[in-house]
Amino acid sequence: MADHSLNDMAAGQRASNDPPKMEARNVDVFYGAKQAIKNVSIDVGMENVTAFIGPSGCGKSTFLRTLNRMNDTVSSARVTGEITLDGDDIYSPEMDVVQLRARVGMVFQKPNPFPKSIYENVAYGPRIHGLASGKADMDAIVEKSLRRAGLWDEVKDRLSESGTAMSGGQQQRLCIARAIAVEPEVILMDEPCSALDPIATAKIEELIHELRGRYAIVIVTHNMQQAARVSQRTAFFHLGTLVEYGDTSEIFTNPRETRTKDYITGRYG
Amino acid sequence: MTPGFILLVILALAVAGWFAGRAKAAAFPRATGAARAHSLPSQHGWFVAIWAAAPALIFLAVWAAVVPGLTLNEVLRAPAASALPAFPMERAAILSQARALSAGQTMPELHPLAASLASVWGAAATRYGMIGLALAALLAFAGGAWAWTRLSPRFRARTRVERIVMGALLGASLIAILTTLGIVASLLFESLRFFSRVSPLDFLFGTLWSPQSGDEGTFGAVPLFWGTIFIGAIIAMLVAIPLGLLSAIYLTQYAPPAARRWLKPILEVLAGVPTVVYGYFAALTVAPAIRGFAATLGIPGASSESALAAGLVMGVMIIPFVSSMADDSIAAVPQSMRDGSLAMGATTSETIRRVLVPAALPGVVGGVLLAVSRAIGETMIVVMAAGLAANLTANPFSSVTTVTTQIVQLLTGDQEFDSAKTLAAFALGLVLFIVTLLLNIVALRVVKKYREAYE
Repeated sequence: MADHSLNDMAAGQRASNDPPKMEARNVDVFYGAKQAIKNVSIDVGMENVTAFIGPSGCGKSTFLRTLNRMNDTVSSARVTGEITLDGDDIYSPEMDVVQLRARVGMVFQKPNPFPKSIYENVAYGPRIHGLASGKADMDAIVEKSLRRAGLWDEVKDRLSESGTAMSGGQQQRLCIARAIAVEPEVILMDEPCSALDPIATAKIEELIHELRGRYAIVIVTHNMQQAARVSQRTAFFHLGTLVEYGDTSEIFTNPRETRTKDYITGRYG
Repeated sequence: MTPGFILLVILALAVAGWFAGRAKAAAFPRATGAARAHSLPSQHGWFVAIWAAAPALIFLAVWAAVVPGLTLNEVLRAPAASALPAFPMERAAILSQARALSAGQTMPELHPLAASLASVWGAAATRYGMIGLALAALLAFAGGAWAWTRLSPRFRARTRVERIVMGALLGASLIAILTTLGIVASLLFESLRFFSRVSPLDFLFGTLWSPQSGDEGTFGAVPLFWGTIFIGAIIAMLVAIPLGLLSAIYLTQYAPPAARRWLKPILEVLAGVPTVVYGYFAALTVAPAIRGFAATLGIPGASSESALAAGLVMGVMIIPFVSSMADDSIAAVPQSMRDGSLAMGATTSETIRRVLVPAALPGVVGGVLLAVSRAIGETMIVVMAAGLAANLTANPFSSVTTVTTQIVQLLTGDQEFDSAKTLAAFALGLVLFIVTLLLNIVALRVVKKYREAYE
């Protein structure tokens, strides 16, 4: 019985028709002596939006942060197992974490624009990575990024105003524009809408649809309706383990695991 | 009757009032709901005790102020007083001998008249003491009794006591504020007296400072202002800002928690070193070293007391000040800013340079302004190491003087109080006070505005 479900999970980990962009194998994460993630293996595809769902404290955000090594900033955190980006181990000593984070961008739970102008917020990444060869080039990058984030028309006349003076939803789209500006391959979103009102949330979800295909997108969310709306693949985490991973439509209509079923029907969470 | 004894009597009456009030309240019929007594018995007790003590104490304060005058009147009306000499100083000397004698002190060369007046003095003092005691006790008893009669289950003793406590707290803060106002007023009036002799324009813009020359002296304070700024705002800050800011960055961003636990308190010890210790360190160790250094370089005008010595040591003294303000400001920048930058692929030093320091800058600027106001008011180091020569020079190896040094110089030793020299010290003090006040106001505004930005 246990064997059977393991095999099923292994089959589920593979993204069916989607080439894997990132692959995680047997990943454990420890904070000091406490184990936050237990033996998680998962593939993140290029074409699909992947949603991580699960109750609070299940480890979904922790696991997300292992994908661009943001856990490195927590001194007590330790990661074992293997995570690859295009086949390269991101935890190997040869991996440059600065380059990794340029390729795997991140959008946080609470909008965190820098206390600089809108323009400077978007130009921040290209500037530190030397992506623009001049003022005109930088202007183009800023405009393209803001357009992709669906913010250009709202801010094009006030690029020099502070990024922190905008509404919460605009700030979050600015953070997405800031992430896009360095041309990442993967964008990780850690509950990007939890601090936003429903209208701002709808705009972000629409944006995720538009960005799909251009970037591999992983979104952590508390909101199951949101997972159902924006993702094609859904992973359900519980108590640090990956319980089930499959097509979103399957997970929400026909989950194989009782724990998944209990969670999505609101039995706990 | 000593004041101590009267205080004891009042205290005893207040304690008695407390017990009486509590006993009366404790005897209120026990009831529940709306009929329950409004306040606890001990609150009734406090109400009675305060009413017993407060009016009597206020009376005692007033009484203590008028009694010496009444006693003196009484003594002067005595027959023996007609023999007192008319010359005021001699008269006052005899009277003060009489008073001391009546208080039980013995003294060698006693004026014969003082001995006879002493008994009159003693009798008058005793009588007024008794009157004071009687009035105070009566007032305490009357106050307590009146309060006691007001007690009833519906009486809101709790609210009353609360109001009195608030009044007492207000009084305490008023004393601090009024004292400050008094100091400012005295500075202001003495300065006005100075400016009636020396034109404010000559004082503020004159470049020759020589208070000892001639009868009236020359009071052009520009060399003093320059020396103060040169040492406190330029040399000291050139030391304190970089070292303070960089150590704050290291402590908040790079130091492992264990190192931070050790290094931060050690750095803060610098702030606890008495300034006089810094002073002799500057005068005995740093200044000679700098003079020697200047001499080997062949720089002219190197003296044993130099702006550089005082400024460098003052800068070291200010480091913990700047570093703790910068530390607070950098720590107040939300972690999410740092994460946001790191997640873009920025290194730690890029994150510090491009995000944390700009975001913390207003707080750091506020801290620096506070540090400057501290540095220009600092006295001990400059008195010991900066010198007295009022030179208007930008050569850091030469001796300059500061506002605080000159204030010390003008007021120490025997000086007649209303000479222009002494009054000049008040004018200098006023200028220093206004400048540091403005710096503090601006700095606190900047810091406050910055705090609001993240809340």
